[in-house]
Order: sequence, then C-alpha cells, then structure tokens
Amino acid sequence: MLRFVARRFVSMVFVLFSISVLSFLIFFATPGVDPAARIAGRNADQQTLKAVRHDFGLDRPLPVRYALMMKKLFITRDLTSYVNRGAKVIPQVTQAAPVTLSLVFGAAVIWVIASIAMGMLAGVFRGTAIDTTVMIVGLIGISMPVFWLGEVVNLITQSRLHGSVFSWVPPLGYVPFTQSPWGWFKSLLFPWLTLSILYIGIYARVLRSAIVEAQEEDYVRTARAKGLTERRVLFRHALRTSLIGFVSLFGLDFGALVGGGALLTEVVFGLHGVGKLTFDSLQNLDLPVILATVMYAAFFVVVANAIVDLVYAWLDPRVRRA
Amino acid sequence: MSGAIVDEVLASPGGDLAVAAASPWQLARRRLLRNRVALVMAALLAVIVALCLCAPLYAHHVAHVDPFQSNLDGTTIVNGKRVPVMVQSTQGLGLGVTPIGPTWDIHHYFLGADEQGRDVAARLLYGGRNSLLIGTAAALITCFLAVLIGVVAGFFGGLVDGVLSRFLDLIWAFPVYLLAISLSTVLIARGISFGPFHLTSGSLLLPIVIIGVVYIPYVARPVRGEVLSIRRREFVEAAIGLGASNWRLLWNEVLPNVITTVIVLFPLMLAIDMLTEAALSFLSIGVQAPQASWGTIILDGQDVLYTRPAVALAPGIAIALTVLALNVLGDGIRDALDPRAKLRRTDAEKQ
Repeated sequence: MLRFVARRFVSMVFVLFSISVLSFLIFFATPGVDPAARIAGRNADQQTLKAVRHDFGLDRPLPVRYALMMKKLFITRDLTSYVNRGAKVIPQVTQAAPVTLSLVFGAAVIWVIASIAMGMLAGVFRGTAIDTTVMIVGLIGISMPVFWLGEVVNLITQSRLHGSVFSWVPPLGYVPFTQSPWGWFKSLLFPWLTLSILYIGIYARVLRSAIVEAQEEDYVRTARAKGLTERRVLFRHALRTSLIGFVSLFGLDFGALVGGGALLTEVVFGLHGVGKLTFDSLQNLDLPVILATVMYAAFFVVVANAIVDLVYAWLDPRVRRA
Repeated sequence: MSGAIVDEVLASPGGDLAVAAASPWQLARRRLLRNRVALVMAALLAVIVALCLCAPLYAHHVAHVDPFQSNLDGTTIVNGKRVPVMVQSTQGLGLGVTPIGPTWDIHHYFLGADEQGRDVAARLLYGGRNSLLIGTAAALITCFLAVLIGVVAGFFGGLVDGVLSRFLDLIWAFPVYLLAISLSTVLIARGISFGPFHLTSGSLLLPIVIIGVVYIPYVARPVRGEVLSIRRREFVEAAIGLGASNWRLLWNEVLPNVITTVIVLFPLMLAIDMLTEAALSFLSIGVQAPQASWGTIILDGQDVLYTRPAVALAPGIAIALTVLALNVLGDGIRDALDPRAKLRRTDAEKQ
C-alpha cells in the first residue's frame, strides 16, 4: 500500500508539472499569438512592442520565462498581474476561493442527498411509473445548460416573482459567512439549487443502475435467504456496494468544481469566485492570473483524482498491483 | 459480442411464440424500434433538425427578414397595424428603446426582436444550424481521433501505449471547461495555422476543433480498455494463428467490436458537445458575430432578460429539448446494443 501511495504521489507531481507546461505553452507559445501585442494594444508600433516585450521579460527564451513564472508563482509568491500592474495574483485567488468553496459545498450537500433519494426510489421501484418519472426528471436536469437555468431562476426570483413569493431573495452577489450567516445562506440558496440540478440527474442515474445491478448479485440473494428484511437488504447490502462508484465520481466532480468548473454558475449569479476570476482574466487576457487559476484548478482535480485512486486501492487490493 | 445470438423470442400477432434468428445488428435495431420513448425523441430530433435546415427558407420567404442585419429603425405589423420594431420606453423620461416582444404571428417577429431589432425566430433557426453543425462535427472528430488513439494504444501496447495513455491522462486531468475556455480565448482573436490548415478567427471550425479535441479522452479511454480485452479473446488468437497481419487484425477483428462502444457514446458526445458549444458561445468565446448559435442568442437575451425574456428562453428550450432527445436516444441505443440491457428489460417485465 505504501508503495502504491508513493507511486501515486510521483505521478501526481508529474501530471501537475505537465499541466503547468501545457497551459504555459497554450498562452505563450501558440503560433500567431503574441502576448506583447495584447498588452500594448491593437495598433501599437514596433518601438512600443519592443519596449513592452523587454519590460515583461517576453524577449527571453521560453524555458527561462517558464521557470521565472513558476518561481514567482510557487516560491516567492509575488507574481503580479499584467493588467493591473503591481496587483499580486495569489491574494486574488485566495480571496475568490471561499466564494467557490461555499457554492460548491452547499450544492454538493443538496445533490448528494437528492440523488441518493431519487436513485434509490428509482432502483427499488424499477420498471414502474415511479422509476420512469424519476429518470426522466433526472434526464431533463442533465439536458439544461446550467447558465440558462441560472438565467431562468434569476428571471423568476429577481424579476417576475420578486414582488411576491421571492421578495426575501437578496440581489445577486455573495455575502460572506462571517458577515451574516443567514445572508450567506439566502444569497447562495438559488445558486446551490441551480448548480446541483445537473449533478442530481447524473448521480441519481448512476446510483439507480448500480442498485439494479446489485439486486442481481449473489450476496443480495444470500442476504434475502438469511431472512433479512427488504429494507435491511437495501441499506446494508445493495446500497453500500452501489455507493463505491458514486463516491469516486463525486471525488472527481467535486475537485473539478472547486477548481473553477462552477464558472458558468458564478458568472450568471455574479459570484466572484475562482471561476469568475478565471473568466475575467481571460476577458482581458491577464496571463499570470489565468496561469495561477489554471494551476489552482489543476491542483484540486489532480488531488481529487489521487484521493479517489487511493480510496479504490484501499477498498480493492487488486488495484494496488495494477 | 461476436457471432449471432439466437435467443430473442418475439411474440407474433397470433399470440404464439416464434423464435427468430437474427444478427446482433438486427436484434439491436428491433429492440430500438420497440422503444417508444426513444422513437418519439428521434422524431423530435428529426423535426428540430429539419426546422433548422429550413432557416433560410423561413427568413426569406415567410418572415422576410435578414436575421444578420440590425434593424433598429424597422417596422413590422401587429394586428394589422404597422409598429416600430424598437419600442420607445414609456417609463421615466422615456429614454431608451425596448425590442418588440413575441407577436406569435409567424410572418412578423414570431418571437420578437433582440436588442438590435433582429428577428429572434429566424436567428433561432440559423443558430440551431450552427449549434447542430458544431456538435455533430466535433463529436465526429472526437470519435475518429479517439478510436485512432484508443485502438493504437490498446493494440500495440508497450511504449506507444505508455505515451498515448499519458497524453490522455493529461487532458483528462485538465478541467475540461477550463481547457476549452483557455484554448478558445487564445485562438478566437487570431486564429491558428497548422501547416496547410488555417483556421481564421471567425471560422466555425475553431470551436469545432477545440470541442472535438478536449473530449477525446472521454471516448479514447473506454475504447482502449475495450481493445485490451478484445486482444486476449480467442477469435483474435485464432486469427493470429491463421497468420493474419496486424492490419487485418485491426480492421477485421478489433475494429468491428469496438464500433458498438463508439455508437453508444456518439449521441451522448453530441449532447455534451452541444452544451459545451452553448457555454463557450455564452462566454463570447465560441461562435463569433455575425454568425449565431443558440449559445450566442442566450447571451444576446441576457441584456433584455427582465423585459423580453423570450430572447433568452427560446434558445435555451431548444438546447434542452435537443440534448434531452439525444440523451434518451443514446440510452435507447445503449440498451439496444448492450447485451446486459436484456437482463434489465426482462427484469422490468417481471414486475
């Protein structure tokens, strides 16, 4: 097991390194793309371009620039923005992180509870109208673009029914938990619901098919033959094994969302999280900020991947040898 | 998976049972045709595609508008009266204009106008053409490259597999939306040249290629796994024993068995691709003006969301319906091709 953990750690570092190189190359070495031209503006003359290049260190060889950037990002931690010169990048990310974490945590609680309930309902009543209805509701959730759903929610809660039912909904934006826990909850309730709907659909479907498959397994038959109640068979035997796939999927999605995958939800609800920060820096091509947020995102995804693998290896000894 | 399965029992109209011998493909088609929900969704999809293909017909011969030209001073007819497309505000100082809302008259601004006075219904159809085109082309690119990578990696193994699998892992570890967004932002302004290929900035090929590439691991990984297991099967060993060349093994033994996996994944990839295209266009780094797609129309509608919600609602409903149809159809195809689906069905019939 220890060897597996060590190997997994090495591969994690390797993947993070590759991602940093890949994203650096995307932004600084794509043919026909010149960051200096972006910084200097559309019709800058050669003189200005040259000055800008020298000023930002863009006239140095690529590997040197990569090493310098990584040093500033991880060791001296004083990487500064291209757009707001002097503004440090890392504080921007640490300021945005609580917003994203709040959004993703709340949504995850909702989607786990709702999808387990729906998945079990459909799995237990498989082949009936309940099953069909739950699965179709899940599919509809999967099929709606999340940013559009967010706009529809805004239309209802901020405009059409804001005068009556939803008068308690605060204007779009984030209220820090430390400032007002109740305000935090109110400001995030609809973003949570919007973000969780897609995942409720996916997870309910995954859980349903796992439960349906588990019902055919020998150990479930054995449990029934032992005379256990149907409820005990479902909760202690069928559901438990069905949750393995569910948990690993959850790890990956959670990592991706914390890393900025909730970007569209953040944009629609005006939440200044990591996704929004990435998007804003992409809009004005603030490359250091983009690189920092991409690395931050990749870190969460890669760590989540590694944790899922470790949990798997812990559950299933065969994986350790693979 | 190979070889005919002769155990499908069909009820004949008389009520007695007839045993039919058929190839796996025929069995799959028969199962699909019995799936009513999937058929309804296929029909819905066909209607959506047909309507979108008729976009120029609608714009030129029914609505008589140019959906790509702003029409701020234009007029249209509502209830027999000629009214301006952009309505002067009546609130406060009377400053600013609001586009006309849905008239529900198929000849005159059926779904109203957007902020530039363009006919939303006509733009919806044109946008649908682009959304469907981008989704389909991207899904084809994904499946083609993924099969190529997955089959080569799984079949040859060793160093080739090592390199290709690392590459797949790398893209996999990159949050897919961030990768697509990063690539789009960098490329959308300037375009890119790759040897003889030149993708200009406004070109639809740009989102197609970007979306097609970022989803490769989603298909290549299962394909590689499938090839790894096929390689150890007896019929492959038999072919090797008969002296078949690598090319022959790939083409005649491996590929036909991988193709079902790809067919099952294709509609689902198409659905994901269309959602991704909408997201990129919504972030204004997908389809570029003057072209439209369902994503760009939602973006146009965001500014008039509270006054003219139809502009943003209509394309969203169109996306949701199309993607829903694709997902249901994809499920139906999977159930039809997956032998285990039969187990699930008899299971359902028992109850």
